Amino acid sequence: MELVCPAGSYPALKAAVDNGASAVYFGFKDATNARHFAGLNFDRRKAEKGIDYARSHGVKVLCAVNTYPQPSGWKAWQGAVDMAADMGVDALIAADMGVLGYASDTHSALNLHLSVQGSATNYEALAYYHQQFGIKRAVLPRVLSLAQVEHLAQHSPVELEVFAFGSLCIMVEGRCYLSSYITDESPNTCGACSPAKAVRWQETAAGLESRLNDVLIDRYQADEKAGYPTLCKGRFEVEGSIYHAMEEPTSLNTLNLIPELKRMGIKALKIEGRQRSPAYVAKVVRIWREALDTAARNPDHFDINPEWNNGLLELSEGSTTTIGAYHRSWQ
Amino acid sequence: MNQVVKQEDQQAHPREYQEVDKSMKLSLGPILYFWPKQDVYNFYAEVAELPLDTVYLGETVCSKRRELKLSDWLGLAQELSQCGKKVVLSTLALLEAESELKMLRRICQNGDLMVEANDIAAVQLLSQQGIPFVTGPSINVYNLPVLKQLYSSGMRRWVMPVEIGAQTLEDLLQQAAADGGLPELETEVFAYGCLPLAYAARCFTARFKNLPKDNCNFCCIEYPDGIAMKSQEEDSLFIINGVQTLSGEHYNLENELQRMRQIGVNLVRLSPQREGMAEVIQRFSERLDGALSARIPLLNQSQCNGYWYAQPGMKWVD
Repeated sequence: MELVCPAGSYPALKAAVDNGASAVYFGFKDATNARHFAGLNFDRRKAEKGIDYARSHGVKVLCAVNTYPQPSGWKAWQGAVDMAADMGVDALIAADMGVLGYASDTHSALNLHLSVQGSATNYEALAYYHQQFGIKRAVLPRVLSLAQVEHLAQHSPVELEVFAFGSLCIMVEGRCYLSSYITDESPNTCGACSPAKAVRWQETAAGLESRLNDVLIDRYQADEKAGYPTLCKGRFEVEGSIYHAMEEPTSLNTLNLIPELKRMGIKALKIEGRQRSPAYVAKVVRIWREALDTAARNPDHFDINPEWNNGLLELSEGSTTTIGAYHRSWQ
Repeated sequence: MNQVVKQEDQQAHPREYQEVDKSMKLSLGPILYFWPKQDVYNFYAEVAELPLDTVYLGETVCSKRRELKLSDWLGLAQELSQCGKKVVLSTLALLEAESELKMLRRICQNGDLMVEANDIAAVQLLSQQGIPFVTGPSINVYNLPVLKQLYSSGMRRWVMPVEIGAQTLEDLLQQAAADGGLPELETEVFAYGCLPLAYAARCFTARFKNLPKDNCNFCCIEYPDGIAMKSQEEDSLFIINGVQTLSGEHYNLENELQRMRQIGVNLVRLSPQREGMAEVIQRFSERLDGALSARIPLLNQSQCNGYWYAQPGMKWVD
């Protein structure tokens, strides 16, 4: 299985390549990709340098143009697709049907991957994207159980990539407007979930407060570790109880599912985190490379080295991990 | 030249303009909540007599909600058709299991009623059969190439994603008009009710009840209006509705109907709620006819319209 690793910057790309990535994915410095954060991502010069570095180490490069252009932005998205094609990336990761259509009509040699933002959770949807745009691969939303992933793998017309490690979206990607409801920017339109411009931290007598566009997302006691105010991970009040009404701050970690995912024929594992530091990327990629190599050497007896999980735990949101929806036994 | 004269005419004769305006009609979206069967029947018996052009029927949120079977929905569709309503069958937004695809195939093969696709799976099935369809608000249509792509697959009406505002819609429909390649396209705007904002792997109602999703006891039926989720400072944020998250405020575009007409909106969608729906429908109907009807009180709900103005969705813009 390919290990597809995040490159939010040139140093992060280098860290991923140096520590065992099979492929890296990156985006440009604008709203055309779903990690549109200040200080992140690539201009053309940096992207070319990154591609050279990855190629010289035998690592593939994927480019994400995976947000949804609105009429006023169409030209910028077209430009991003043209630039990616021109630089000869190994694949374009896209979600919007307009972008996919443009890429397949204009750059027939460009491989297309359906982004997780494309929200395809079943094989009929995958068949549509395959027939209409010739996609080669799809990245699955983090909402499917392992049994559903297996069923999908059996019927999918294209190869599949699943999320292996990192922040956990519990909503179907590409269909979540919680962020724009509170802040006016969503992953679909602006490539940002809970944009930094709307975040405010405040020390108060009641504890450290995180706010998003003035809305209180959480309040932390002295002994609690504060997390980024992502809406689905806030502590809210429901009928008198205050709790993580949607999801605890936690990271996805599927290390122990490696043999099963491989058996199902999953083609690639994705590490989330283009917003993370090069040091984070280096550590996560190193652990996953070691785990994948171990599993490949002895597929029937995959023993997890406890140090791997400890290492990943240290890097995880809220210092806890979950296998997310993969554990569900039934729909 | 003709066009310019026409515009001047409209300004000089507002009454004539009103005549044209009447082409914009009201629709009733699918019930997003889980209601007991009899409540569903009572609800549609009431709205059958009201001035709605189109009624969307069916389950869009959770496949475990089976108070009504497909045959029940089809029976209701027949009754509503007899009352002069155009009926569309709505489909699930999040399709994961084979059983869900199976039900989707049955709906798409109903052979009679138009279908609202809320996932690309439905688009695939309907386009393969060459059947025209509607796309619901959970299909991502943000630009002209996507409209054209889906039009070529058979889409004849689209419900705008709720986070899009008036200016973007206007730009899009002007581009579509200039393109000329979508002659039969109709546009529908979600204009009243709690906004569908997200779909998830987990069921938040079951989580609230401390039940596993796989064994949820169908607890959504205890919450016919969903469950309010507030900030720790009591700001109303969201409504929990099973695997769906809705806006805490009621979206209300009743003051925007004139703008919608100018932009070229064909259908104005009102989303069902248990109490006071008849009043909501009446009020929108009167406002469509040009009455101000400020004296009819709308339900005492806190409201938002931010998305329409490209603001945070939760805001109210005067």
